[in-house]
Amino acid sequence: MTATHLGMPAFPAAAREAVRDDVLRANLRRATHTIRDKRARAVAELADWDRLRAAGKAVKDHTLRHLDHYLLQLEEAVTAAGGTVHWAADADEANRIVTDLVLATGERELVKVKSMATQETGLNEALEAAGIAAYETDLAELIVQLGHDRPSHILVPAIHRNRAEIRDVFRAEMGGWGRPAPDGLGDDPRELAEAARLHLREKFLRAKVAVSGANFMVAETGTLVVFESEGNGRMCLTLPETLISVVGIEKVVPTFRDLEIFLQTLPRSSTAERMNPYTTMWTGTTDGDGPAAFHLVLLDNGRTDTLADEVGRQALRCIRCSACLNVCPVYERAGGHAYGSVYPGPIGAILSPQLRGTDSEIDASLPYASTLCGACYDVCPVAIDIPEVLVHLRERVAQGGPVTRDGIRVRLRPAHGRTAERAAMRAARLLLDHPGALRAGERLLARARRMRPRRLPGPGRAWTDTRELPELPAESFRDWWTRERGTPQ
Amino acid sequence: MTSRDVVLGRIRRALGERGPGPRPSPGPAGAAEIPRDYLAVHGARTPAETVDLLAAHLAEYRARVHRTDEDGLPALLADLLARRGARTVLVPPGLPAHWLAAAEPAHVQDRAESTARQLDAVDSVVTGCALAVAETGTLVLDGGPEQGRRRITLIPDHHICVVRVPGQVVDSVPRAVALLDPARPLTWISGPSATSDIELDRVEGVHGPRTLDVVLLGAQ
Ligand code: SF4
Repeated sequence: MTATHLGMPAFPAAAREAVRDDVLRANLRRATHTIRDKRARAVAELADWDRLRAAGKAVKDHTLRHLDHYLLQLEEAVTAAGGTVHWAADADEANRIVTDLVLATGERELVKVKSMATQETGLNEALEAAGIAAYETDLAELIVQLGHDRPSHILVPAIHRNRAEIRDVFRAEMGGWGRPAPDGLGDDPRELAEAARLHLREKFLRAKVAVSGANFMVAETGTLVVFESEGNGRMCLTLPETLISVVGIEKVVPTFRDLEIFLQTLPRSSTAERMNPYTTMWTGTTDGDGPAAFHLVLLDNGRTDTLADEVGRQALRCIRCSACLNVCPVYERAGGHAYGSVYPGPIGAILSPQLRGTDSEIDASLPYASTLCGACYDVCPVAIDIPEVLVHLRERVAQGGPVTRDGIRVRLRPAHGRTAERAAMRAARLLLDHPGALRAGERLLARARRMRPRRLPGPGRAWTDTRELPELPAESFRDWWTRERGTPQ
Repeated sequence: MTSRDVVLGRIRRALGERGPGPRPSPGPAGAAEIPRDYLAVHGARTPAETVDLLAAHLAEYRARVHRTDEDGLPALLADLLARRGARTVLVPPGLPAHWLAAAEPAHVQDRAESTARQLDAVDSVVTGCALAVAETGTLVLDGGPEQGRRRITLIPDHHICVVRVPGQVVDSVPRAVALLDPARPLTWISGPSATSDIELDRVEGVHGPRTLDVVLLGAQ
């Protein structure tokens, strides 16, 4: 994974900085609380939510257990429908494949619809180095791109920007990329959306090449699916002559019917809507309708390494809905940038260290970017037990152990100079093994909540030294553990 | 060794580490392990109630909903186009001729060689649909003759979609998925284009049609 943000401080340092940024925190709090409540209402509408969630989990687990089989089936179906399938073992290879495909068309610019996979590979930078301009077309991505910024949320990447900041970015930067912002542009969201519409329409109408990701790929039929709101996805998927989709190998599902589950759970979990405004499904190429050439680039880039970890592999079930971000007390306070990755929040804390390894300080510290409150697990539409994976990864960082890197099994040495983390881990073990101590710890936490100190006393000090103390979760770690493991106290 | 071999090899090694015991077979047999006890439909409704639910959900996402019968359709369409001030209207190849018999705006036929730029100059488009989903307020287009290519319902700023009720209305997403043909390009539309990217405020209309009129066509 190449897109570690260079010079990124480790999570604790970056988070402390962000927590002090009042504007960011206010924007985030308002946004996450709004969407959190809406999501709860959208989910409550479906009496069978738990069964949909269980089915979604089962589909993903089944697919992962037979990933080789379903990828081959997908390849066959896409090829039969007129598409071309490419395999990329890592980010560099994916970028090379896409760059070569674009160069072969003779074009030097393309339009993009939000794709986390290409953010992960750093595709835009690779294209730029080859003299190809890639225009982001998702409104939030446009704000991020024009503002020379980094995304901070999976679904709403510019969630850290308020309307006045967005207006300023549009006024200052649009002209340099194409059609300038209208004179006297105000900060009403309607006006800002109109400015983006005018700016990008020009690019859609002349685009010959588009790059997309996909939310799902259907092995049985070769169908790809993109969920979106604005219509920029439809523009990219239907107007250009050449479409290149870069998709992580874990996005495959076996049958077209399986989509009936995710069509119900994804929109409600992400934008808290019964259904998002637009979903496009396409299978290879269609005569006279849409791109004449379709390329699918299947991306590994650490996914098979993640698959090799029996506890950690559940992270590959993720459908990128971002519900876990919106309920996370740590994310709410620290913001997405603190995670130093295209995948922020609870899912980022378990996905990035697995995709990229824990060699960098930020990746090694990510598994600690959580209070283990379990809210992320409760809202996850594919029931990823994020706390379980966090604990597993913490143990791996602190004590070392077997991991797979680039397909090769290696032994990770215990982290040196991370006494704090090792202490935290030992503390957790002690608490788990000694219910009495755990109860004492909870009493300590309860007291901490009343007094709201910035540091925990005693052996916990080293741990909280790099953490603003979180609000006490609704469900304690012990309750969560009991519920999950069924171990009587 | 190709990257394909590399990736497949890594997957097999990763899964091989599961320990002893056979892997359950993939495909129909193994897929049986997926519990499908979720609901096919949420709640019991008469066909008329299903249409009402569709109308309510469409309106909630700010589509404008109208009802008429075959006799009233040409006048309604003419009226919607006139109110919009449309001078030109895009017509899919198989749209019933009488639908637009009373409409003033000049008809523009979509042809294979019509460029995106030409379509951008057209004011409105009138289409049918493949089906509509009541529980989610969704229209699904599949490129059939009454709907045309995907681009014609995307570029104009005003889309009028005619749904035959109750015939084309299904209750739920599972009912819809069962009826659709994945070999055709499918577009699921729920309300006009929108974004929540600025402070999570929903704003209608970014790139797709900013106005969506839905005509429920059936015996009144
Ligand atoms: S981990 Fe679960 S809740 Fe979080 S983004 Fe992925 S699917 Fe959504």
